[in-house]
Amino acid sequence: MTPPLPRALRPKPPRPGDGRNGPNGPVVAPPKPTVKDRTLEGTASAVGWLEERTGLGPFTRVLLFRKIPKGTNWYYTLGSATLFAFLSQAVTGVFLAMYYEPDASRAYESASRITNEVFLGEFVRGMHKWGSTVMIILIFLHMGRTFVFGAYKYPRELNWVIGVVLLVLTLLMGLTGYLLPFDQRSFWATVVAVNINASGPLVGPYLADFLRAGAEFGPTTIPRFYALHMLLVPGLIIALIGAHLYLVAKLGTTAPPWLKAEKKDLLTEEI
Amino acid sequence: MAGAFEGETITRRGLMTGTALAAGGIATMAFALPALGFALGPVFEDTTPTRWQDVGPEDDFNDETYVQRVINIAPDIGEAGKTTIYVRTFNPDRDKVIEGQDPQPFVAISTRCAHLGCPVRYIQASQKFVCPCHGGVYGFEGEVEGGPPVRPLDRFYTRVEAGRVEIGDRFSLNSDLERFAPRDPSNHLDGLWQYLYPSRPTT
Repeated sequence: MTPPLPRALRPKPPRPGDGRNGPNGPVVAPPKPTVKDRTLEGTASAVGWLEERTGLGPFTRVLLFRKIPKGTNWYYTLGSATLFAFLSQAVTGVFLAMYYEPDASRAYESASRITNEVFLGEFVRGMHKWGSTVMIILIFLHMGRTFVFGAYKYPRELNWVIGVVLLVLTLLMGLTGYLLPFDQRSFWATVVAVNINASGPLVGPYLADFLRAGAEFGPTTIPRFYALHMLLVPGLIIALIGAHLYLVAKLGTTAPPWLKAEKKDLLTEEI
Repeated sequence: MAGAFEGETITRRGLMTGTALAAGGIATMAFALPALGFALGPVFEDTTPTRWQDVGPEDDFNDETYVQRVINIAPDIGEAGKTTIYVRTFNPDRDKVIEGQDPQPFVAISTRCAHLGCPVRYIQASQKFVCPCHGGVYGFEGEVEGGPPVRPLDRFYTRVEAGRVEIGDRFSLNSDLERFAPRDPSNHLDGLWQYLYPSRPTT
């Protein structure tokens, strides 16, 4: 069932006699609509136009005006905070891509150019760099909240699984993004990371070859990491965030574990 | 069968559904498989063709200590393709000779640590190679003496052309210093481990 509209958004019923001929003669002409009235009416008609063609109203209401349990507190905002961190990474990343050159001989120079020469470049690169750490911290806090509150239990197990996949994908973003500045630290850290991948039996050596595009770090290694970092993994993350949010809206959130279900009276009555 | 005319083994609806699904599947595969092959291609391609690199005249090297040289192991990426190696003359009296393997005239040790690939350096005073990252220690022949490395340091094939020493392909060694196709760091080579870390088409 669709939840009802909040009181403030419900249409007001007409007052008796407004703008009509009453039994005692014509009623005074209705006052000219004020700017506020016309704005509201215009908005309502635009929303109505959209609603008539998309039917998004009930969906939006389920998403934004759904009922939440008693005891919902600030810890429940950690998921939204993670989403916000991701959006910040996406936006800063898109703009960094306008200046960055994914080429072994140009990567370091273009990254230094972003920091030292481009207007606000240091700030945007800094947001992207520190934001990645913030995002991973927020994910773990969000995960901790879900775990400690028992919010992973039936029927929300699938959402926990999707969340774990999102965690892995985010770590993969960290791994692939680390190489891109192509300074000594990022080069050797990625060498070690790729060789850790190579340490897996049977598939490991091939996985390492896939990541490096060959047996050594070559001319196509950086473009490969760049494509994974800004196209493949973010695409998967966006799709899975959609699924994650759909399940949150569909299943609702849980009450904190310290709130006992109000069952006592119910049981007494039934007995 | 429900919905089928007599003698028919499949309904028209079933046939059309199957055809539509198959057409969609074929169309998807038609772009997905080539794209996947495109991304995986480098895994099956030898990206490090044999190149012999000159590192100086024979007289530059002796069998007492290592001499440092720089070679290029990945062309086309500038500084990032260079690596340091340590070279000395092979000494048949002191160095281990493996039966059935022709010894190389020079011992050219790769500085890539067999743990996770950090660059090791040679300490002359203790005659050991040490790794800065996780504390791997190797002896004079590159054999593991301590820390996490899983096999001795890799070496390169060497040859002498017109009095000058040339460095060729890399190869890996197990703890008995037997020669194997080049492996990545972290890949064990002793006993059954050599089959769990197969050699790859890229090397």
